[in-house]
Parts: sequence; C-alpha cells; structure tokens
Amino acid sequence: MLMVQASLDGILLGILFALIAYGMALQWGVMNIINIAQGDLVILGGYIAYTMYLAGIHPAWGVIVSPIIMFFVGWALYKLVINKVVDRDLFISILATFGIAIVFQQLMNFIFGADVVVAQSEYGTTMLFDNSVTLPNSKIFSAFISVLYAIALVVYMKKSRLGRAIRATAQNARAAKILGVDTEKVYAATFGINAALCGIAGALISITLTLHPYVGLPYTVRSFMIVIVAGLGNLPAVAISGMGLGLFEEFADYILGTEFRIGAVFMLLVFILVYRRFKLSKKREYLK
Amino acid sequence: MNKLVKLFTIFISAITLTIVSISSSFAKVEGEYIVLGSAISLTGKYSSNGVHTQNGYNMAVDRINKMGGVTVGGKSYKFEIIYYDDESNPKRAAQLAERLIKQDGVHYMLGPYSSGLTKAIAPVTEKYKIPMVEANGASRSLFTKGYKYLFAVLSPANQYLEVAIDLAVEKNGGKPVRIAQAFEQDAFSQDVRLGILDAAKRTGSEIIIDDKLPKELNDMAATLAKVKATKPDVLVVSGHTKGALTAIRQIAEMKVDVPMLAMTHCDAAKLSKQHGKKSEYALCASQWHKNLSYKDKFFGSGKKYDKDFKKEFGYAPPYQSAESSAALLVFKDAFERANSFDRDKVRDALKTTEMQTFYGNIKFGPGGQNTAKPMILFQVRCKGDTCENKVVAPTKWASDKFYHPIPKWSERS
Repeated sequence: MLMVQASLDGILLGILFALIAYGMALQWGVMNIINIAQGDLVILGGYIAYTMYLAGIHPAWGVIVSPIIMFFVGWALYKLVINKVVDRDLFISILATFGIAIVFQQLMNFIFGADVVVAQSEYGTTMLFDNSVTLPNSKIFSAFISVLYAIALVVYMKKSRLGRAIRATAQNARAAKILGVDTEKVYAATFGINAALCGIAGALISITLTLHPYVGLPYTVRSFMIVIVAGLGNLPAVAISGMGLGLFEEFADYILGTEFRIGAVFMLLVFILVYRRFKLSKKREYLK
Repeated sequence: MNKLVKLFTIFISAITLTIVSISSSFAKVEGEYIVLGSAISLTGKYSSNGVHTQNGYNMAVDRINKMGGVTVGGKSYKFEIIYYDDESNPKRAAQLAERLIKQDGVHYMLGPYSSGLTKAIAPVTEKYKIPMVEANGASRSLFTKGYKYLFAVLSPANQYLEVAIDLAVEKNGGKPVRIAQAFEQDAFSQDVRLGILDAAKRTGSEIIIDDKLPKELNDMAATLAKVKATKPDVLVVSGHTKGALTAIRQIAEMKVDVPMLAMTHCDAAKLSKQHGKKSEYALCASQWHKNLSYKDKFFGSGKKYDKDFKKEFGYAPPYQSAESSAALLVFKDAFERANSFDRDKVRDALKTTEMQTFYGNIKFGPGGQNTAKPMILFQVRCKGDTCENKVVAPTKWASDKFYHPIPKWSERS
C-alpha cells in the first residue's frame, strides 16, 4: 500500500511540475532563454489566487484569473527586459532573468509580507483501499487542471495562427521573419504564455502546497531538470519526465530517507547528462 | 600646484572632522541617552519576525523612558536604539555589527532575529567585548561556544519539545512511547531534535521514524505515509512556519491519525487562523503566552502587555515581541545594578541577573542561556469555527486540560 501511495503522490505532483516545465521548454525552445525567474512567476501566480481567497472568492477560480493576469505580466516583462536580451547569448539571459527573480521576490515580500501562507480549497480527500491510501482531492484537481491546460495548449499550438507562428519561429527565427512572421510579437506572446502557465501552476500550488516570496527557486530548478531530461519542444516527453521525476523522488524518499530526496534527484540528473553525452559521442563516431 | 595641495588638505581635514563629529554623536552614552545598537531583518525572508522583534524593542524603550528611564550614578538616562536592516542575511548582519561598534561607537547590543543571524553576530560582539542581550536566537550551539558577552532571555531550542515527550509518557501511564519525528535541516530544528533524543533516552522511548526534511521541501507526503503505516504514539514536526503549515495541511488531507502531534512555530504560522479546524489538537511549543502569571512593574502582566501592544501596533503580540521587550528590561536592570557604563561592569551585572519580567523569570546560565524560564505548551482548540491557543502545560499555568488522544479523523466533524 505504501508503494501505491508513493506512486500516486509522485505522479500527481509530477504532473504539476510538468506544467511549469512545459512553459520553460516552450520559451527556451522559441527564444533560447533560460528563465531563472520561472519559479517566481509561479509564486506570483499563487499569490494572485491567494489574494482572491482572502477576498472571499474560492481560490480554484485562480486557475482562470491568474493566467490572464500573468499573461500580461509576462508580456510586460518581455517588453521591458527580455526583448533586450533575446538575441544575445544564453549567459546574458540567465543574468537578466536572475535579476528579475530578485526583483520579483522583493516585490512580493513587500506586497504580501514574508509570512508563509496557504489558501484553503476544502475539497476533502478521496480514500482508497479501506483508507490505507489517501489522495487529497486538491491534488487530483490540480493534476486534472494541468492536463486540461496542457491539452488545450497543444491544440492551440497546432491549429491557431499564432501557434503556427510560434512553432515556425522556434524552428528558424530568421526564415520565419523573412516569410512575414512578426517575430517580436511571437516572442512577446511566448513569454506571456509561459507566464500564464506559471500562473495556473501557482494557483494550484496555493491550494496544494504553501506560498512564500522566497520559495520560487526550487520550482525553477525542478522544471529546469525536467526540460533537460525531456528535451525542448516535446510535450509528451516533458509530461513523462515530470511524472518520472515525481515518482523517483517519492521512492527515493521511502528507500533512502527524506534527507536524500533532493540529492537523489540531482544524482539522477548527473547520470542522465553523462548518459546523453555518451550516446552523442557514439553518434559522432558514425559521422566520421 | 602648492595652492591645490593646500586646498586638498583643508578639504580632507574638513571631511574627517565632520565624520568624527558625527560618529562621536552616536557614542555609547550621549547626553542623557544610552545608545544601543541592533541589526535587524526589516527586509528579506525574516522580515515579519524582524518587525515583531523591532516592535518589541521599541515598545520597551518607550515604556522605560516614560517611566523614569535608567538611573546610573544618581542621574536618569534614556534608551535609544540605532537600527540597521540586515536583509535577513548573516554576512550582512556581521558587517552591520562591526559598523555599529566601530563607526557608531555602540557599546551595548541587542540581538537580531533568528538563531542563524545571532550566530553571525556573536563572534563580532565577542571580539570587541560588547555585551549583547539577545531575544531571538535559541539554538543550543550559541550557548556551548563559551561566549562571555552573550545573554539570551529565551529558553534554548533543545527545550522546546522535551516537555511534550514527558507529557506523552505520562499519558501512556508512565510507559515509554513510540516517536515519529521530522525535522528540517537547519540549526534550530536540529537542536529541537537533540532535545527529543535526550527525552527519548531519559524515558526509554523509541524513535521509529527520524526524517530530516530538506530546506526546499514543501511536501511531506512521504513522511506522513510512513507515519500512517507505523502508527506511532507521538508525531513531532519542526520546520519553521513552512513546516508547521505543510504538516497540518497534509495531515488533514491524508487523514493521518496520531494520538499526539507536537510542533514548533504554530503561532508564528498563525496556524489556527490559516488552517482553522484542521489544526485543532496540535500541541505547540512557545516561549511565552499572555495568560502566564509573571509580573513586572513596567508592563504589568502578560495580559496587560497584550492589550498595550495591540493598542500601539494593531495586532496581538507574538512571543517574539514579548521576549524582545524583556531584553530591554534586562539591560535596564543590569545598568542600574552596575551603576556604571563600564562594559565589563555591565557584563558582570548581566551575568548575575535574577529577575522577574512579564515575560518570565530571567537568570543566565554559564553559557548565557536563560535557565529560569520553562517552555510552555499550548494546544489549538476550536469552538465552532474560531480556534484559539490554550495553555496546557506546565500544569502551573495551564488554563485548559490537555486533550488526549486526538480523535480520529473519521470521528471529527
């Protein structure tokens, strides 16, 4: 039963992380920017839902309101900062988004205070196998919403004009520009969509985990890892690697102990990177 | 050229003079003011507790100054505090301590917020032989380094939850209990853990789960699943406010049934307000509670302090504020007994402090920790939807009976 519990916990959490990671993969792929502020955008989204909760609105509505607000936050961020670093090398974008992360943390601390806060969904719990496996409905809800939005995004990317433009820009920005795609607009929209995804994830985190102005970084690191494992622009891979990491984490916790949980994940990352290099070098031999 | 050099010399000496005159105006005792220094977290992750600390200090300064100040050598002096914002950063705190001592000429210090920052400042105050009374650093390691100028008005961290284990054993008919524990990997929480280990050894109790939570962790599901499977008699959790809020959220969601749940930081986390009925029956360690019957002539009783503080700052004082106010009372008492501004005389006077404040009795042990005040435990109890913290241990101050065992989730409405 413990294993069932661990698997379900891991998968539900993993789906949520996969959503954040997908946003990161999207803008990494399109704009070649590694967004260190990803986690802070998530937390800001969470605070939007929390503010609604304080105003007496159910925080679950945050999954609709928060992405809308966050889209414009992302858009504004692009216009203010990101557009100046988008064509530069990766290091500059890391520095710039790191700066944004610090500014966001301090602003959130200033506006919402340094207390750890939670929003209550009052969704109750689903009990399986005679109460030996318990699943918080809030986690099921958040996994469901994540999947829903992910599907919606994939469809949007495939069918809509903007989606096609984004994909074209990701493949070759110069060619897209020559063929009449307004890449500037595409970049702004991509960054906005990424921020909106963070907003959804944040709203879900406000009802499943806890919020604090300074807890953004772990989400950045987690999504970074998922993207590295999955590769860019491949949603199913991102989803699987998200769930896989969630599962791996929970099992590492059971088998090795909680103190090795994060360590185990990093070990896995090192292993995957080494393995990838090994595989790539083999490929290179064929080319010779 | 010669003229230029002359002009330059005059310019430099003018600047030097200004600096000297400014810094001397902040010397240890200026006119009728005794100047204290404190680096405190007004921004950054400790900013809410930093502000509680500062409010506590300010409230005591106002009160003491209004009630006649500090009498030294037959003359009455007033307290004044120079604050700097340490941005919740230990390195910055140590720098600011140097600055307070070397540039501002402060000779007496008040502590910052949190064990980590106090640890960063203590070596500096020790180096310059500056007496520091601190109110928010509880880590045991502060009191084992042989510091001679550090005095803490609060009980050390290892005492936080020891009482809870004793209580569990008592409820178990004096028989040893099975303990599950999860502690964050930081100085404070690990000290709380050491206290539990001592208590377990003393009572012959067995620790069946001993998880160390990483700092970035915001999910305790794995630990709680283990707790569910092993059914311990007591579950102990300490991981600052985040740990407390996460634990309650997930215990309620996963319907984990334990007869007793003991934690730290419940009041800082506003547990009863944020989680309401889900937090009911949680047992929490606290340095202070307004219902305790300690008294002094400045603040009267705890209840009166609570009332006055609310009036001044608009919220109920957490224990962080109360202990900070107490630090000023200790300083006043020491200055008057030393009857001098000599740092070593003040330090010797601090060492022999033995007094009662509204916050509790204060007497310093050899390491500088307060040995005269026990920790208290309160339990969250709810009436309808409003939940309150009720003191349940030690029995001397208990306003309510300790509710044990916690009813199962299936029986709770």
